[in-house]
Amino acid sequence: MRSLRYLLPAILFAALLAVFWKGLFLNPGEVPSPLIGKPAPAFQLEELTRPDETFATADMYGRPALLNVWATWCAGCRQEHAFLMQLAKSGEVPIYGLNYRDEREPALSWLKELGDPYEKTAYDPKGVGSLDWGVYGAPETFLMDPSGTVVYKHLGPLDGNVWARDFRPRIEAMQGGRR
Amino acid sequence: MRHLLLAALLLLVPFASPAIDTGSAFEDPAQQARYERLTNELRCLVCQNQTIADSNAELAQDLRRQTRNMIRDGKTDAEITQFMTERYGDFVLYRPPMKPTTWLLWGAPVILLLFGGIATVVVVSRKGREGDADDAAAAGGEAR
Repeated sequence: MRSLRYLLPAILFAALLAVFWKGLFLNPGEVPSPLIGKPAPAFQLEELTRPDETFATADMYGRPALLNVWATWCAGCRQEHAFLMQLAKSGEVPIYGLNYRDEREPALSWLKELGDPYEKTAYDPKGVGSLDWGVYGAPETFLMDPSGTVVYKHLGPLDGNVWARDFRPRIEAMQGGRR
Repeated sequence: MRHLLLAALLLLVPFASPAIDTGSAFEDPAQQARYERLTNELRCLVCQNQTIADSNAELAQDLRRQTRNMIRDGKTDAEITQFMTERYGDFVLYRPPMKPTTWLLWGAPVILLLFGGIATVVVVSRKGREGDADDAAAAGGEAR
């Protein structure tokens, strides 16, 4: 009983240490999206490269699709661009773009310089459509199933590892389910 | 003397800091009060330890504008916070809702207080008894 008096604080301290230690490796920047499992929010925005056309959420339905949020001010977007180009070339899944709080001129020259992996890009300079998607930074990438339900959201740049771990299995599951 | 004056002037500099929220105020003071309360309870997700009232991030500007428009459109506070959580999750609320995943969060202070309270009572009552013993010993000493 006497020893418990000294042991108990030590145990509590150790437990606290364990909690803090785990907390050190959590990323508070990764806020889980409440959109997962819900229908993709509707937007209707100007197409970036063809200003006379509109791009609506429904345009992405019918196939598994990616919606990639990007902007020219975003360093992570430049980092992931080569991967997006490669992914577009592979034809694994159509990629749509959401140009977030950007300007048309630099955005167009970005696509000219680095290549355009997007089927369509929504131009959202005021972040109006992006707000409904809960976008709070760039890059962000949403995966939707053919019915237009949001299945997954990735924060930060995409690369081959993230793709193989988080995206490909989910896309394969969708295609398996359809057969 | 000049240094003192300069120092005094420098102390005034913080008061000249420009306002973060540059939107115009509501004409209705009640609406303005609601706006101020809501923006002080919603978290800016870009700079996570600031409210959208404190932050000058573009996202915070967007959310302030959204809050302002929704108040103007006659939406209730509950509708506005629901709109925000549907998009950004509970994380956007500085005052998290009571639900199974947050019971520990809300309950922890009560549990800790209880714990501390019990410990205090135990320690104090034990000390009290020791004190009595000391007094008795002292009294005994006096009598001798």
